[in-house]
Amino acid sequence: MNMNYKPNPENLVEVNDLKMYFPIKTGLFSTTPLKAVDGVTFAIKPGETLGLVGESGCGKTTVGRALIRLYKPTDGDVFFDGKRVDDKSILGLRKDMQMVFQDPYSSLNPRMTVEDIIGEPLDVHHLYTSKADRREQILHLMELVGLNAEHATRYAHEFSGGQRQRIGIARALATNPRFIVCDEAVSALDVSIQAQVINMFEDLQKKLGVAYLFIAHDLLVVHHISKRIAVMYLGKMVETADADELNSNPMHPYTTSLLSAVPYPDPKIAKSSKRIILEGDVPSPLHMPSGCPFRTRCKYATEQCAQEMPKLTDRGNGHMVACWNK
Amino acid sequence: MAKEAYDVNKMPKKNPLSLQIDLQKFEKATDEEKHQAEVMSESTSFFRDGMRKLRRNPLAMFSIVVLILIILMITIVPIVVPYSYSDIITVNGKRDKSATNMAPFTYSKLEQQYIDEGGKVFPHIMGTDELGRDYFVRVAYGTRISLLVGVFASAIVLIIGVLYGSIAGYFGGKVDLIMMRIVDVIYSLPDLLMIILLSVVLNEVLKFNGNGILARLGTNMISLFIVFGLLYWVGMARLVRGQILTIKQNEYVLAAKVSGAKSSRIIRRHILPNCISVIIISAALQIPSAIFTESFLSFISLGVKAPMPSLGSLASAARSGITTYTYKLVFPALMIGLITLAFNLLGDGLRDAFDPKLRR
Repeated sequence: MNMNYKPNPENLVEVNDLKMYFPIKTGLFSTTPLKAVDGVTFAIKPGETLGLVGESGCGKTTVGRALIRLYKPTDGDVFFDGKRVDDKSILGLRKDMQMVFQDPYSSLNPRMTVEDIIGEPLDVHHLYTSKADRREQILHLMELVGLNAEHATRYAHEFSGGQRQRIGIARALATNPRFIVCDEAVSALDVSIQAQVINMFEDLQKKLGVAYLFIAHDLLVVHHISKRIAVMYLGKMVETADADELNSNPMHPYTTSLLSAVPYPDPKIAKSSKRIILEGDVPSPLHMPSGCPFRTRCKYATEQCAQEMPKLTDRGNGHMVACWNK
Repeated sequence: MAKEAYDVNKMPKKNPLSLQIDLQKFEKATDEEKHQAEVMSESTSFFRDGMRKLRRNPLAMFSIVVLILIILMITIVPIVVPYSYSDIITVNGKRDKSATNMAPFTYSKLEQQYIDEGGKVFPHIMGTDELGRDYFVRVAYGTRISLLVGVFASAIVLIIGVLYGSIAGYFGGKVDLIMMRIVDVIYSLPDLLMIILLSVVLNEVLKFNGNGILARLGTNMISLFIVFGLLYWVGMARLVRGQILTIKQNEYVLAAKVSGAKSSRIIRRHILPNCISVIIISAALQIPSAIFTESFLSFISLGVKAPMPSLGSLASAARSGITTYTYKLVFPALMIGLITLAFNLLGDGLRDAFDPKLRR
C-alpha cells in the first residue's frame, strides 16, 4: 500500500496498482500465490462508465470484487470520493458502492420475495421511516427497472432471466449508490434481453448519474455503453482508451486480435475483414511468463518482452498502452 | 463494430433462393402482446409447494395419521384406563394376586367374582404381565418414554449439530479445519462403550431423589441423553457444514455482503432458510434411530429404571416367556416397528417434498 498516494479529487473511484493474490496449495506446507490481479490502475469519474474487457479468467471479476472489498486486496490503493477504502471505511461506503452480479439465477435468494430482496439494502441501512414508506420505495425501484408492481410478492424462481437481472439491478439501486460494479451483468442473457438491460443501464445513468464499472467479455456491448474501455490480459492491464479511439485505433496486439474476433452482423464486411487468430493457450496464472505476459502468443515479441513488463504509457489523448513494440 | 440499430426496411433484399427468414414478414409485438407473455402461474412459496407435494405422497400421509393416532393413544390411555403402570391390579381395594400373566380380554377369578356381584372392571385389553400389572397401560407408558427419548435426543442432536456445523461452515478456513478434526475424533469413539461407561459412572455420581421425571427415568437414560449430546450430533454437524459451504458460494450471499449486511443477518436470512429443509429431514430421520438405540439399550438392560417401562425393556422382559405368552412380545415389538417405520417413511416423504436437489 502506498500511503502517500494522493487521489485526484475529480475521480469518483480511483484504483492504483491493485494486486490480488490467492494462495494456492502446492504441497503439504507450501503455497504459491495465484496472481489473479497484478497491478491494475484506473479511474472513473462521477456518472461515467468504464468498460473492462478481457477473456475468461483474466481477473476482471476479481478486480470488481476486490474494488468493492468482497476480497481483501493483497496490495494497492482504492479510493472512493477521495477517501481510502479499507476494512473500516467500507462499512460507511457500502451504501454508495453496489454490485450487479453475473448469474441472475444464483444472485437472488430463492426463499425471499422480490419485495424482500429489493428491500434488503433498505433494511440493512434503515433507509425508511415506516412499513408503507419501505413498500413505496420498493415499488418505485421496481417501476424504475421496468417490473410490474404486482410482482412484488412473488419469488425469484418465477421470473425469467431478464426479469431476474432487473430485480438484481433494483436491489443495487435501492440505496441510491453513486457507483455500481456490473460484473458481467448481461452475459447470461440472450441478445434481445441484453439490449433491453443495457439500454436500461444507460437510462438509469442519465436519470440518476451513477458511475459504472462495466465488466464484460463482449466488446460490442462494452463499446456501446462505455466512455472508456480498459483491456486486461492475465491480471494486467494492457490498454485503456476512449471507447471510439480503442475501436478505431487499437494499439496493443492483444486488443487488435480481440477486436478482429468481434462478430459483424453483415456477411460482406465480415468476409472482408481478416481475423487475427492467436496461437497457443493462455498461460497458467500460476506460471506466468517472465516480462510481458502476452509475449508467448504475440507475433511482435522480442528479447526485451521476455525481460521486462512494459509500463502503461500515454500515447496521446489518454490512450494508454503497455507494449514495447507498438 | 456497428452501433446503429438495424431497421428491417433498410436491410438488403433477400435472395429468393436463400432459406434465411425474411424479417419483413414479421411485425413487432404490441405492448399488450408482450404483457401476455409475462403472465405467470400463481405464486407459490417454497413451503406451500413442499406441503402440496407431501400431501400427495400417500405413504407419508399414512405415517402422519399413524403417528397422530399413537400420540393420541399415549396421552389418552393413561387418563382413561384406571390402572397405573407400576401398581398391581386391585379388585375392590384388595390386591389381586391371581391376576398375573393373563391373556388379552380375560378376567381373573377375583375380578370375575366382582363382576358377578354387579361391580364394573375395566377390561385388560392387552392382558397383564407376570407381576399382575395391566399390560396396555404399560405399553402406552413405554411408547411415551420411547417417543420422548427419540424427540429429546434428536432435539439435542439438532441444536448442537446445527450450531457447531454452521459456525464451522460459515467461518471456514482454520476454524473449520480445527472444528472438523474434533468431529473426526468424536466420530471414531465407540458409542455403545461410551453409554455403558457413562451410566456406570453416573450411577455413582448422580443421586436422584424424589419423584421427578429424571429420577423415574434413571441414570441410564440420562447417560443416553448425554451420549447423544456428546457423540451423535457429529453427523448433523457435518451435514449442516456441507450445506452451508455450498450455500455460502451463492452470489446472493455476496450480494447481501455488498449491501452491508452483518454475518448474523446473512446466516439468519440467507443461509439457514436455504438449508432448513435438509436439517428438518435429517432430524425427522434421527428420531427413529434414537428410539431404536433406546430400545436396544433397554433390551440389554441398560435402559430406563424399573418400574418405568419402555418398549425395549417390555420386549426384553417378555423374552423369558416367549413360547407361552407370545402376545407380550408382540405388542411392544409392534409399537417399535410402527413408530420407526412411520418416522422413516415420513422422513423420506419430507425429503422428496422439500429437498431442493430432488425438486423439478
